[in-house]
Amino acid sequence: MSRVTIVDYGLGNLHSVANAFTHLGATVDYADNSAAIASAERLVLPGVGAFADGMRNLTSRGQVQALRAFAGSGRPFIGICLGMHLLFDESDEFGTHTGLGIIPGRVERIPAGGVKVPHVGWNRLQPAQRQAWDGSLLANTPTGSFAYFVHSYAAHPRNPAHLLVVATYGPHRLTAAVAVGAVTGFQFHPEKSGTAGLAMLSSFLAAPSPLDVP
Amino acid sequence: MIVPAPASSAAPTAPFVRSVPLRVIPRLDIKAPNLVKGIRLEGLRVIGDPADHAQRYFEQGADELMYQDIVASLYGRNSLIDLVRKTAERIFIPLTVGGGIRSIADIQALLRAGADKVCLNTAAVARPELITEAASTFGSQCVVIAIETIRQPNGTWKAFTDNGREHTGLDAYDWARRAVDLGAGELLLTSVDHEGTKQGFDLDFNKCLATTVGVPVVAHGGAGSAEHVAEVANLGVDGIAIASVLHYRQTTVGELKKSLAGSGVEVRP
Repeated sequence: MSRVTIVDYGLGNLHSVANAFTHLGATVDYADNSAAIASAERLVLPGVGAFADGMRNLTSRGQVQALRAFAGSGRPFIGICLGMHLLFDESDEFGTHTGLGIIPGRVERIPAGGVKVPHVGWNRLQPAQRQAWDGSLLANTPTGSFAYFVHSYAAHPRNPAHLLVVATYGPHRLTAAVAVGAVTGFQFHPEKSGTAGLAMLSSFLAAPSPLDVP
Repeated sequence: MIVPAPASSAAPTAPFVRSVPLRVIPRLDIKAPNLVKGIRLEGLRVIGDPADHAQRYFEQGADELMYQDIVASLYGRNSLIDLVRKTAERIFIPLTVGGGIRSIADIQALLRAGADKVCLNTAAVARPELITEAASTFGSQCVVIAIETIRQPNGTWKAFTDNGREHTGLDAYDWARRAVDLGAGELLLTSVDHEGTKQGFDLDFNKCLATTVGVPVVAHGGAGSAEHVAEVANLGVDGIAIASVLHYRQTTVGELKKSLAGSGVEVRP
C-alpha cells in the first residue's frame, strides 16, 4: 500500500486531499516539520489561501529546505493550487514574495479582460506541447477531460518544457499543470475533479519512489 | 423592466462572459437529519437521506453540491458537521454549505469537516465586515453570499433573510454589489418568490447581476424544466442551483445536461 505524506503548514483544507487518497486505498500521514518531509515516500503540498501566508508558515515550521531537498530526491511530489504556486520563484499576490524556487517562473494575477476572476468552475484540460502527456500523472486521463479550478493567480513557468497542461479561459491560456522530473504542480483540484481527478491521484500513488521497498 | 441604478462605488464594467461550462448544482435543504424541500422556502416535506441523494447526484454528473441547513439551529449543528464529513469522504466534487453560520469559528469548523465553500446570508447582513474577515482568512473563493430576493410591486427587489421571512430593508441589487466589494467570491441569487414553484427563474433579477459583477453568480429558485435552465443560462449566469426537479425524480443531472447541451448551453458532459 502506498504511503502519502501531506504537508501540514497551517493553511487550507488538508482533509479533502486526504479523503481522496484514503478513498484510493493509500495510507495518509501529515508532515508539520522538516523530518517528516525528509522521510516521506511521496509528498503532497496542498493549499488554499494566500501565497505570503503560505511561505511564512512553511518558513516558521522550518519546512522550506526540506521541501527543496525532497524535490531533488526523485521521489513523487505534487503541489496543488497554492501548493503549486509555492513551487515557483516568486508571486505577485499582495506584493512580491519569494517562493520555494523549485520550478523557475512566477505567479501573476489573471488579467480581467472580460472574464471573471477568480476562475471558478470545470475547465477542459489540453496538452501544452504537441506531444500529449504520456509518461506524466495524466497518462490515464483523456485529452479534453474536465477538472475543477478555483484561483485568481496563475503560474508562468519560465521554461516552456515545464508546461504540461493548459486551459483556455476567455482570451487567456492558463497554466493548468507543470512537471519537472518527479515534481508535478496542479492548478486545478484533482481531489475535487470527480473520477478524472482521482485517476491522476492514482497515477501519483503508482509512480515509482526510490523509497519503495521491493 | 426596471434596471436598478448601479451602486455608486462600483460602476458595471464591460459584460463578463461565461468562459467555462455552466455549473449544475443540486441544492439539498437539510433539516437534520433529513433532506427536505419546501415551496418558496416554506411548507417543508421530508424527501429522504441527504447523503444518499448527494451520492446519487454525484454519480449523475453534478458539478458541485450545496447543503443548506434551513433550520440552522444550534441543536442541529453537530449533525450537519457529521453530514459534511461523511459526504466529503466519498464525494469528490466541491461542496458548499450554508445555514446559521455566524462567525469565523463556524466557517472554520465547516471547512475542516470538508466543505469547500460556505454560504452566508443573515450574519453578513447583520455585520457586513464578516464577509471581509472571512475572505481574508480563508480566501474569497470560499465565501459565497446568498442574496434572498422578493420582487416588489414597484419593480425593484428587496433582500431578505431567514428563508424570505425577515425583511432587511436593503435593496437586493445594491447589497449584492456591496457584498462583492467586501470580498464575496460568489453570489447565490435565491428568488424566494420563485423557489420551489418550478415556474422558471426570476430572469430580470438574474440579468441585472449575471454579467455585471466580476465574480461568479449562481441562479437559484424556480427550475422546473431544462428550458427554464437554458433561459437563465443564456443570461450569462455561471451556475444554477436546482432541487425539486431532482428530488422528485422529474429528471436527472445527466438528462438535464443533455437537454442543455442540445439547446446550445455548454455543460461538462
